[in-house]
Amino acid sequence: MASSIVTPPVVKPKSLNCPGCGAAVEIRGFAHTLNAVCPNCLSVLDATNPQIEILQRFQRKERIQPKIPLGTRGKLANIPYEVIGFQRREVQSDSDVYCWDEYLLFNPYYGFRYLTEYQGHWNVVRVLGALPVETVSIGKPSVEFQGRRYRHFDSLQARTNYILGEFPWQIRVGDVVDDRDFVSPPYMLSAETTSGELTWSFAEYTPGKQIWAAFQLPGSPPATSGIFANQPSPYEGRPGSVWRTWLWLTVALVAIALIFSMISSNKEVFQNTYLFTPGSKTDASFVTPTFELTGRTSNVEIEVHTDLNNNWAYFNFALINEDTGQDFDFGREVSYYRDSDGSEGSPKDSAIVSRVPSGKYYLRVEPEMESRTFQSMSYELTIRRDVPTHLFFWIAGLLLLIPPIFVSVRAAGFEAARWRESDYASSTSSGGGGDDD
Amino acid sequence: MSAPAANCPNCGAPVHFRWSSAVQTTCEFCHSILVRTDVNLEKVGEVSDLPPDASPIQIGTEGVYQNKAFVVIGRIVYEYEQGYWNEWHLVYNDSTNGWLSDAQLEYDLSWQTQPPAHMPASSEIQWGAQFQSNSKSYTATSLTKAHYRGVQGELPFQYWDKSDLLFADLRTPTGDFATIDYSEDPPLLFEGRAVEFDDLHFKNLRLFEGWS
Repeated sequence: MASSIVTPPVVKPKSLNCPGCGAAVEIRGFAHTLNAVCPNCLSVLDATNPQIEILQRFQRKERIQPKIPLGTRGKLANIPYEVIGFQRREVQSDSDVYCWDEYLLFNPYYGFRYLTEYQGHWNVVRVLGALPVETVSIGKPSVEFQGRRYRHFDSLQARTNYILGEFPWQIRVGDVVDDRDFVSPPYMLSAETTSGELTWSFAEYTPGKQIWAAFQLPGSPPATSGIFANQPSPYEGRPGSVWRTWLWLTVALVAIALIFSMISSNKEVFQNTYLFTPGSKTDASFVTPTFELTGRTSNVEIEVHTDLNNNWAYFNFALINEDTGQDFDFGREVSYYRDSDGSEGSPKDSAIVSRVPSGKYYLRVEPEMESRTFQSMSYELTIRRDVPTHLFFWIAGLLLLIPPIFVSVRAAGFEAARWRESDYASSTSSGGGGDDD
Repeated sequence: MSAPAANCPNCGAPVHFRWSSAVQTTCEFCHSILVRTDVNLEKVGEVSDLPPDASPIQIGTEGVYQNKAFVVIGRIVYEYEQGYWNEWHLVYNDSTNGWLSDAQLEYDLSWQTQPPAHMPASSEIQWGAQFQSNSKSYTATSLTKAHYRGVQGELPFQYWDKSDLLFADLRTPTGDFATIDYSEDPPLLFEGRAVEFDDLHFKNLRLFEGWS
C-alpha cells in the first residue's frame, strides 16, 4: 500500500441537525453547499460551519411545495442532475407582484444548472463562461452572442421571497438582484448583477412536458398561461415559408395562365362593320351570317367597337346555334362621355360567353339608342373563338393570398402578446396580460 | 516526466516529482511544504488541513485537452468571501504546465503568458474594463480579493503567504478567459478558455456516493 497516490475514499453526503429545531438537514451538494434551509423550521443555516450557525430565521404560515420535490433526479441532455435548492423570486411591477420559481440542479462533475418556471413556462438555465456583447439595434439595447441577436425584453429587480434546500452561495430571504433579460426565442440571455459582479446566464425554453419526462414526474405539468418572453412562436418561420409557398404557387398560377393563353386558339371567326341610325322605322335587329365555332367547348368573345361620343347605346345579343337552336342571350350597354374634366365609359365593349359547344352559329344583334339624338353610330363587331380569360386566375391569385396574410397576422399577434409583457409594452395595452389567476 | 526521487527532510518519506520544473511540493505523509534547493529538499512550512472540498478533480487526475494529455500535479486553494475555489496545477505531456480553475464546477483552463507592455494597475482595473492581449479583447467580469487557503502537491513557484491578493477575471464573447494576478509587480497574466467538463476527457476523478 505504498503507492504514491492513495485514491481518497468515495465522497459521502453529509447531514446536519438544525440548531434551531433539531431537525435533520440533508446536504446533497457535498462541500459546495454554503447555505442550507432547515426543512422543518425554514431557518437558513451556515452549512460550512461545524457549529452550524443560524443565519436567518424566517417564519411563514404558508408553505410552498415545489412542483419538483427536492432530491428528485432527472436527465438533461443525458446528464443526470438532482434538485437540491428552490427559491421563489418576485418582482414588483407597478401595482402587481409577479412570482416565479427557480430550481437549483446539481451534478458533482458537471456542476450547477437551473430550472425556472413561470405560469407553466419552463426554462433550462446555465451560467455562461463567455461574455455576450451589448449593442444597440434599432435604438433598443440588444446583445449578440454566438451569431444570434437577442433583443432587450425587460430590466427588473428580483427579490428572493422563499427558499428551500441548499445553495453553493450565500442566500437569504430578501436578497435582491438586478436582472436584464434579452430574448431570441427559444433562447434568453440574462445579465444578473450583484455587488459588482456580472453573471450572464443562458436559458432555453423547454416545454413542461419535456421537464416532466426528464424528471419522471407523476401526472402532467401545469398548463401554461399567457406567452413567455422566450417562448418560441408556433408561427416561428411560418410567415416566411407560407409567403415562399405563396410565391411559388403564384408563379405556377401565372405560368398556367400563360400556358392557357398560349393554347387558346383566340381565333377570329367573324368581323363586320355596321351603321345604326336610331329612330329609323325599320326593325333594328338583324342576324349575322353563319360562322363556325370549332374545337372543344370553350368561350366566345363578342367585341363591339363603336364611334360613340357623349352618347350611349344598348345591344341585345343572342348567339344561336344554327343546328340545335341553343341560344345564349345577353345585353351590353356601351356609353362614352367626355368633357374638359375627363371621360367616362368607353366606346368599346367586350363580352365573353363561356362554354359554348362547337357548331355552326350566327349572332342576332339588336342595337338601341336614345331615339332623340338622331345621331347614327357606326360599330364594328368582332367575334372570337376560344379567347384567353384571366378572371379565374385573378380570383385564384386573391384566394392564394389568404393563407399567408392569415399566418402573418397571427404571427404578429403572437409577437405583440409576447412584447406586451416586456418593458416595451405600448401604454394602451396595460391590461394585456389578462390571465392572472 | 520521470521524476527525481528524494526523501522528505521532515519524515523521511519518499517524495516524487512528476514535473522536473516543480519548485515546491508537499509531503503526502507529514504535509510539510518542501522547496527544492540545488541539491536537496528544504522544509519551509506545514500545510494546515485543507477545507472540505467537493471538486471532482484530485492530484493524479488525468485529462486531454485538444489532443494534449495532462495530469494534475498540484493545487492552490483560494479563499474569498463567498467560499473557496481551486486552481489545479497541470503538467502536459510536452512538459509545459498550466492551470485548471474549478470554481463551483465552472471550469477555466489557462496558461501563464507574456503580459503586454502596459498592464492595468490594480488601482486602474475595474469591472467592465477592457484589456487587450495577444490580439484578444477581454472585458473584466469580476474582481476578487482572495488569499491562499492551502496548497497541495507540486507548484511552479514557492508560495505560502496568506495575505489578500487581487485577481481580475476577464472574458471575451467567444469564451476566451484571462486572469490578472496582482500578487506580483508587474502583475502576472494567465490566458486560456472557459471549458466544459466533457471537453477535458478526465480520468481518475473522485467518486461521489450515489453518483457512480
